[in-house]
Amino acid sequence: MTDLAHPEPVAVGGSSDLPPNPPQRALRLHRELARVWANDRGWWGQVTAVSHTTLGLRFMATAFVFFAIGGILSMLIRTQLATHQGAFLDTELYNQIFTMHGSIMMFLFAIPMLEGLGIWLLPKLLGTRDMAFPRLTALGYWCYLFGGLIMLGALLFGVAPRDGWFMYTPLSDATHSPGINADVWLLGVTFVEISAIAAAVEITVTILRQRAPGMKLTEMPLFAWYMLGTAAMMLVGFPPLIAGSVLLEVERAFDWPFFDVARGGDPLLWQHLFWLFGHPEVYIIFLPAAGAMSTIIPVMCRTPILGYGAIVAAILGLVFLSFGLWVHHMFTVGIPHMALAFFSAASVLVAVPTAVQVFAWIGTMWKGRPELHLPMLHILGFFLTFVMGGLTGVMLAIVPFNWQAHDTAFVTAHLHYVLIGGFVFPMMAAATYWMPLITGKARVKGLGEAAFCVILIGFHGTFFIMHLTGLLGMPRRIDVYPDNPEWVALNLTSSIFGFVLTIGFAMFAVDLILQATLGQRARRDPWRAPTLDWAMPVPSPNYNFASLPLRRHQGGPAREVIHALARGVGALPGAPRGRREVLVTTAGNARPCHVAVLPGNTALPLVLSACIAVFVLLMLASLYALAAVALAPVAGLVWVWARGMAPVGDLAPVTIAPGVDMPVHHRATPPTLAQSGLHALLVADGALFASLLFGLGFLSVVTQGPPPPPALVQNPAAGIALVIGLAAVAGAAVFARLLAAGYAGRGASWAGLGCNLVALVALAWLAVQLDDPRAHARDALRAAMLGYVGLHVLVGAAMAAFTADQFRRGEIAPQTGRGAIAAWGNWQMFTAVTAGITVAVVLVQAGAP
Amino acid sequence: MTGRALIWVAPLALAACAGPLSTLDPGGHIARDIALLWWVMLAGAGVITAFVLVLLGFAWGAPRRTAQGRWVYGLGLWFPLAVLTALLGVGLWVGERILPRDDGAVTVHAHAFQWGWQFTHDGADGQPVESDGVLHIPAGQPVDILVSSQDVIHSFWVPRLGGKMDAIPGRVNRLRVQTDGAGRFDGLCAEFCGLGHAGMRFVVVAHDDWPPADPDTDPDTGPDTTPETDTNGQEFP
Ligand code: HEM
Ligand SMILES: [Cu+2]
Repeated sequence: MTDLAHPEPVAVGGSSDLPPNPPQRALRLHRELARVWANDRGWWGQVTAVSHTTLGLRFMATAFVFFAIGGILSMLIRTQLATHQGAFLDTELYNQIFTMHGSIMMFLFAIPMLEGLGIWLLPKLLGTRDMAFPRLTALGYWCYLFGGLIMLGALLFGVAPRDGWFMYTPLSDATHSPGINADVWLLGVTFVEISAIAAAVEITVTILRQRAPGMKLTEMPLFAWYMLGTAAMMLVGFPPLIAGSVLLEVERAFDWPFFDVARGGDPLLWQHLFWLFGHPEVYIIFLPAAGAMSTIIPVMCRTPILGYGAIVAAILGLVFLSFGLWVHHMFTVGIPHMALAFFSAASVLVAVPTAVQVFAWIGTMWKGRPELHLPMLHILGFFLTFVMGGLTGVMLAIVPFNWQAHDTAFVTAHLHYVLIGGFVFPMMAAATYWMPLITGKARVKGLGEAAFCVILIGFHGTFFIMHLTGLLGMPRRIDVYPDNPEWVALNLTSSIFGFVLTIGFAMFAVDLILQATLGQRARRDPWRAPTLDWAMPVPSPNYNFASLPLRRHQGGPAREVIHALARGVGALPGAPRGRREVLVTTAGNARPCHVAVLPGNTALPLVLSACIAVFVLLMLASLYALAAVALAPVAGLVWVWARGMAPVGDLAPVTIAPGVDMPVHHRATPPTLAQSGLHALLVADGALFASLLFGLGFLSVVTQGPPPPPALVQNPAAGIALVIGLAAVAGAAVFARLLAAGYAGRGASWAGLGCNLVALVALAWLAVQLDDPRAHARDALRAAMLGYVGLHVLVGAAMAAFTADQFRRGEIAPQTGRGAIAAWGNWQMFTAVTAGITVAVVLVQAGAP
Repeated sequence: MTGRALIWVAPLALAACAGPLSTLDPGGHIARDIALLWWVMLAGAGVITAFVLVLLGFAWGAPRRTAQGRWVYGLGLWFPLAVLTALLGVGLWVGERILPRDDGAVTVHAHAFQWGWQFTHDGADGQPVESDGVLHIPAGQPVDILVSSQDVIHSFWVPRLGGKMDAIPGRVNRLRVQTDGAGRFDGLCAEFCGLGHAGMRFVVVAHDDWPPADPDTDPDTGPDTTPETDTNGQEFP
């Protein structure tokens, strides 16, 4: 209605706003869209769903279940520690339980919860209808679920991981941890991390390419900035963990001695790779929570946030700094004096961007008039908890104190202050804030407030005195302390309050269930918010917006634009072509580029992840040959997946607003969503490669083990294989680029395929010539890098074949677009660069004495 | 009134901090420096927490004019930078005081295994003397402990004498300790090392005479009758 009242100028701040569409009947639009965007009916519909709303909620609900399971495990820990004899669990089981508590909370609760929040909320906040890759969302979910179930199954059968959530080797190697316990962790967590990489890729692309027209990057809601930072950190932070896990699993399975001191490996390499992931991980968890705070506090205080620009700078600073601190988890491993000082300084410095945010939030509260709704209570819980956690974190960054407090109950206290304070409290604020949009119901008053109080008391009762317990010398990860009566009273207190805390969480869960079942119908936009997530009916419809918000619809009170959007005044109204359409915009100014047609419901993600699960289970069973065979269906399904992107149906341009026609994505000027996604994926892939390089450098420079046996002994055959392989990889890249640049035709795809096949043969030949990877860690790492290159060449070959097939089907033509050509070109370039670096490294090492 | 209260509270508080493994009950200057560092940081953290909570409390009420620069840069940037720089300086200074240096300190070896400790010091005849579960060191002078491991990662920690140092296969790490005088100090393995981790305790005995003529003579309690080896480990073959 605002739109009709004052016709806006077309040009706003340099980026031209789209003209509004004529209003239509809201109900008709709703029916049309609901039909196109709906999940299939019934139970099958849950299997085939790809909708971000369904999957985001399912991610969060599943994560909450894992939180409950992790919470039950923590109660077992606290029961065991309540007395000094702890005659409740035996040590083996106790070790499994605390390892699983930590691993579940980090990998199966916190990360999936924030992924779910991002997936559910971002499209609503940014004014679009779904994430960029709906099938990938579903794939991520199933990988998460199956990986989580494998880990839980191991717990039920008593073979759960037991080496602590950071799995330090040699404790976790084949000698000291026989059995499949450690494999469950390495394979299960890696399986789950497929979902993290998938989520990071699509969150990045969605934020950069799917913002509502005219929503500039520099003006987008802060939550999107936080998630962009998070996704960037996930893209760079998870690969070191994946690399480390794969290496450790290969060491356990095939005796490649990456971490074995006797053969030139180094257990510290695992620690570096783990904490290169593990420290950013903490900020990966914190940033989305902080994003929720930055969204909710201004609404609760009825004023815009204080210091938007400073907060964005703080986010970027955190993203950058958090990759420079990992060594502060390793202050006691015996690192050089100067390195200690450097990492200590970097670690205290990271408190600065955090302080900027905390004071911006409190300043916002001063600026406005805070209202004490339930979400605000949880935000107070955040302040009452997180500030102390941050301060103990600064203490731990001071090396002398770290040497005392490291690995004690003090650290356990600190990490729960930051994780529960900095993540769980904000998530509870978020849950209570967005429940009306999720369920369409208003809150039942009373229980939520009580739950908050019980949680706050239980939390501090449990963890505050644990600082003292730690300073009195109690190490973490012990199950009995018969000789230390002085710790008994403290531990008993912690245990009792631990149960109070659990009761509080149960009350919180009951409150949510009550709201979902017994709550009254909620009003639209109950908080009078300024963000687009509330510019829709409650509960949110599965298509989010009947028409996409224009610039004039953004930034103002949400309730004033609900009607205009529902009546199709915004861009791309309805679903008149009977398919799922979203608008793709430029990264900076969100100028419309083209219309992307998203895939509909499909069971493919479920089937694919089930096949991966079969592979993982076969690996766990040490049936390696069968596991290799099980990769065939995975590859086949990936092909089918890619075929799903082929151009079909009406490829004519789409009118998104009066007089504004946009091509559909098949025929659009690149980059399309898929290409942006590939770029993001290649960032992660590059980080993986960099992790391997880091490993080789570390083993060569820092580790003082036995020197490797002379490598590649001036073997001419190996030299020839090397040259042929490299030339073939380079050739494939040249053909792919020629094709992408339009200088070559379909022949280039066949030529590229041939080059890749030649390269594969050469690599295989080279592999036979190389030294036995079991002889020395550096040989093993070299072989791993060659394996990495080989895998990329294999994928390159498949992409070349795919492109040739597309030519054959006539899908690459002026009327239908360029198919997979651009993607293949990028992939082949990446492969050539990594292959070149690998060969250079192999040669340098072979030449070096 | 407050004075009277202090008289009662202070010993209680100190007693609460005592204990055979307490970092707050230092038995040498290194641990004392760190404990002092802790008390200073605790006081600072308390003040900062109170400050933030007071700001939070005053946030309630009518809207106020709020200068963005003062909040975001003043409080957000310069305030922590100042505090952290000071703290880092103190931390580095304490670090300098407790690091091992080349001053000809007595050197002993601590070799960790699943699940126990084997210690070695030089006897009167210059021959190495081994002891299981009991580390003998000279009292009142700097001692460097060379920490190593047989199998997995362990960590050598005597809370009343100073920080911990990991025992990592393939490496030898150096940790400095110093006692105020003769006595016994409890130690433990601080890095999770498997089934016997909780029982991986040991004792440090600081002697006035060095090398000790009869190491089994305890300076406090006479002859040491209980060999303080790890017993827990034997429960798990
Ligand atoms: C429900 C309330 C919780 C309680 C009562 C609790 C309690 C505990 C206890 C007693 C330990 C073991 C300390 C030791 O090793 O001696 C522990 C470890 C840990 N907790 Fe929690 N916890 C809770 C929630 C969480 C949450 C929400 C997270 C993360 C988001 C978390 C992450 C961890 C981690 C990472 C460890 C370390 C595990 C390891 O040492 O391998 N906890 N917790
Ligand atoms: Cu140990």
